[in-house]
Amino acid sequence: MSILVVENLTKSFGGLKALNAVSFEVKEGEVFGIIGPNGSGKTTLINCITGFLKVNSGKVFYRGKDITGLPPHKIALMGITRTFQIMRPYYSLPAFKNLIVPLWSKRATKLGGWRGGGKHGDRDTVAVDILEEIGFERDSKVPYKPASVLPTGYLKRLELARCLALRPDVIFCDEIFSGLSVSEIAGLLPLIEKLKIEGVTLIMVEHRLKELFKVADRVMALQFGEKIAEGDYKDVIEHPKVKEAYLGSEEV
Amino acid sequence: MQNKRRERIDRGIKVRTDGLYAISSFKEIMYLVFPRLLLIGGFLLLPIVLELAPYWKRVINILCVYAIIAISFDFLANFVGLVCLGGGLFVGVGGYFSAILNSYLKIPIFFSIPLSALLGGIFCTLLFLPCLKLRGVYFAIVTLMYPLLFTRIIEALNILGGTNGITGLDSFPNQHIENYLIILILLIILFGLRRLVNEDIGLVMRAVKDNDQSVKASGINVTYIKSIAVFIASFIGCLSGAYLAHLYMWAGLSLFSLDFSILPIAAVTVGGGGSIVGAVVGSLILVPLSEFLRFFGTFRIVIYSLILVLFLVLKSEGIMIYLTRKYHQFERWVDV
Amino acid sequence: MQIFIYGLINSISLSLVALGFTLVYSISRIPNFAHGALYVATGYFAWILMNLFHFNYFISAILSVFLSCFIGAMIYRLVLIKIRGMEISEVIATYAIGLAIIEGLRWGGLRGATYTLPVIVPGSIEIFGVIVDYQRLFAVFVGLVIFLFFYIFIKFTKTGLALKGIAQDERAAMMLGIDSDKMAIVSFILGSAIAGISALIIFPLGNIVVEAGYNVLVFSIAVSIIGGLGSWLGAVIASFIIGYAQILTEVFLSTHYQMVIALLAIIITLLIRPSGLFGKQKELEERV
Repeated sequence: MSILVVENLTKSFGGLKALNAVSFEVKEGEVFGIIGPNGSGKTTLINCITGFLKVNSGKVFYRGKDITGLPPHKIALMGITRTFQIMRPYYSLPAFKNLIVPLWSKRATKLGGWRGGGKHGDRDTVAVDILEEIGFERDSKVPYKPASVLPTGYLKRLELARCLALRPDVIFCDEIFSGLSVSEIAGLLPLIEKLKIEGVTLIMVEHRLKELFKVADRVMALQFGEKIAEGDYKDVIEHPKVKEAYLGSEEV
Repeated sequence: MQNKRRERIDRGIKVRTDGLYAISSFKEIMYLVFPRLLLIGGFLLLPIVLELAPYWKRVINILCVYAIIAISFDFLANFVGLVCLGGGLFVGVGGYFSAILNSYLKIPIFFSIPLSALLGGIFCTLLFLPCLKLRGVYFAIVTLMYPLLFTRIIEALNILGGTNGITGLDSFPNQHIENYLIILILLIILFGLRRLVNEDIGLVMRAVKDNDQSVKASGINVTYIKSIAVFIASFIGCLSGAYLAHLYMWAGLSLFSLDFSILPIAAVTVGGGGSIVGAVVGSLILVPLSEFLRFFGTFRIVIYSLILVLFLVLKSEGIMIYLTRKYHQFERWVDV
Repeated sequence: MQIFIYGLINSISLSLVALGFTLVYSISRIPNFAHGALYVATGYFAWILMNLFHFNYFISAILSVFLSCFIGAMIYRLVLIKIRGMEISEVIATYAIGLAIIEGLRWGGLRGATYTLPVIVPGSIEIFGVIVDYQRLFAVFVGLVIFLFFYIFIKFTKTGLALKGIAQDERAAMMLGIDSDKMAIVSFILGSAIAGISALIIFPLGNIVVEAGYNVLVFSIAVSIIGGLGSWLGAVIASFIIGYAQILTEVFLSTHYQMVIALLAIIITLLIRPSGLFGKQKELEERV
């Protein structure tokens, strides 16, 4: 069953069409990759689905319910959350206190955070649990350091941890691999596999195709705001339009 | 020449994170508690010490009022990220509500003060509600306009006593109540807010200041959080305004005046933003200074403004943060 | 007819005043809350130079405008340069400096209604049955000249183009070797010069009072917010809206309400359409 259905999503900035009638469906529990060159509208797509931008036309359905145009926090409360391409931790707070925010939300207080903890106000422990799960060493000083001093690899994990604390059903990952070293990505891959086993639907926008194809079940390619291909990654990467988008057209 | 560098060493207790201490001796307890006791004791003793100087006893009241407004500014600006340049709005609204309740409706003083703080808090929150979406400068501009707007409306419509204001408010039964009421209010607000900003909801507010986008992505309604914060700030601002109106037994347009907007901001900058105590320390310095300068009339405002600018440019961390650092760390020069 | 002509004149002088504020903002992204203070200060200095030092009109006018430019440049050079990028500190600093200047002048003797500047062109003329004094026409004339001057300056001189570049994209302009701080100083000098010139033209119509500083600030902010901060065309159109609103309230209500209207206009614009009438999408994103 499709958990997320996007129909003819269109968004324009002034005269520029950032998204032009993009439609796709995501099945529950799969890892769905979105690829495309710079400026092809990948981040705009995430922004439109998660409510950060108002769409011009088109509809988004989540579990059969129309969620188009809802404010971001309502969409997040339904279980759709996202990471940001430019990491947005709360720099003045210690790393584990960053997770207090999603744990404080109505969804996490009702359902509990990741794996159900934190319902009864023991948010600090749950926060450290989640951080440990995602690769922060519990007994080191790292989870207690202010987010402003953490290196990029940890901040990316923190972004993901912030999503997990909301106990999400769908996570949009906006280029979580970019800016990371190969070994750091290797550290993140098992985590994604783990999330998949837990039944979380992941939608990953990526530039790092090699790493994406290791985890993605299906891939969609965008160019200039239009969908040019969708399907198994082999089909997509062999698709002539995708090749053209990444390598340039042959005539040139 | 021998190269030297300055080394900073933590003194006292090893802290794992803010607020988590491993205390093992009386000395360590004192290390933590002494600064707080000094402040509380100092404030409680102040009226007794100044028994011989009745004029300065009144200054304590004014000082506490300014300190409360400064706390409300500091809370909004440094913990929620809303810069409210119109502290006068809170004072004026609180004062006028208290005047209406006490002078027109004859509600006794000890009910009219909290009631007008509550009503004023709700009123100011409703006023601010539509502009909570605005960011930084734009929010500052609107808040700067509100006290001016109210002054002009009251002048133009000649309501609520017009330019003469509302007179005939009850005064406090005696001077001790007058003093200790506001000192207690100040201490409660000070320690209450310091507690609040480290509670979970306070952390959410600080998160809104750092980055409201990812707070939204975490399923929290940012406007709701901001309106709670504005309510808290305007509640305490109106509380001090209501107190002030009863202290003067009068509510007039000067409650909306610039003094209440600029001096608290200066106090926060001098004392150090983001610590809440800094606001009190700044008021402890600036308010007595302004009393000494009373003779110069409006020149006082020039002096605060210049102090404010000097601190912004030269020592933007403020006195309190500097002192805290000195208290927790000692420095020494070592050879490189 | 009277409403039309006075509204027109009022609007043009208003846009002249607001132009300085908008100019500084569009280039340096700093809302110069000391704008009104510079306006009053120039008027007062011109008065001092003329009445206490007995300089002739033109020398004192030029000197006072220079002084205004100097203060503007110093505000940036000494204070703002140290706190660039901290938006809130910028606002607080310019606001505090403005207050310091205005309240300093008030303390320094600028009280009461005894300070007037002479009109440059005395006499009046009848246009379509409405008596208009030459000074007002002169204000309109100078306003138009300044607009023209800035149009040419921005369009055709190197500094002007650099200013435009900084206004459009600061980082890109810096990469092309434009010194952002230098341009910000230039913008402050120009903004202060406009504040000064408009003071010299508009003050002769009434008395020099300290309150004018606050009024000018509020109206400049109103005009630039309604027009969309940083948008020049918007500022001109907004000053017509506010200008006519002022005259209409003066005729039909009372002068007390002028400020109320301006303040309400600011608040309503920010609430309904935060980008102003002619603001761009980019600015909208910054605001909301």
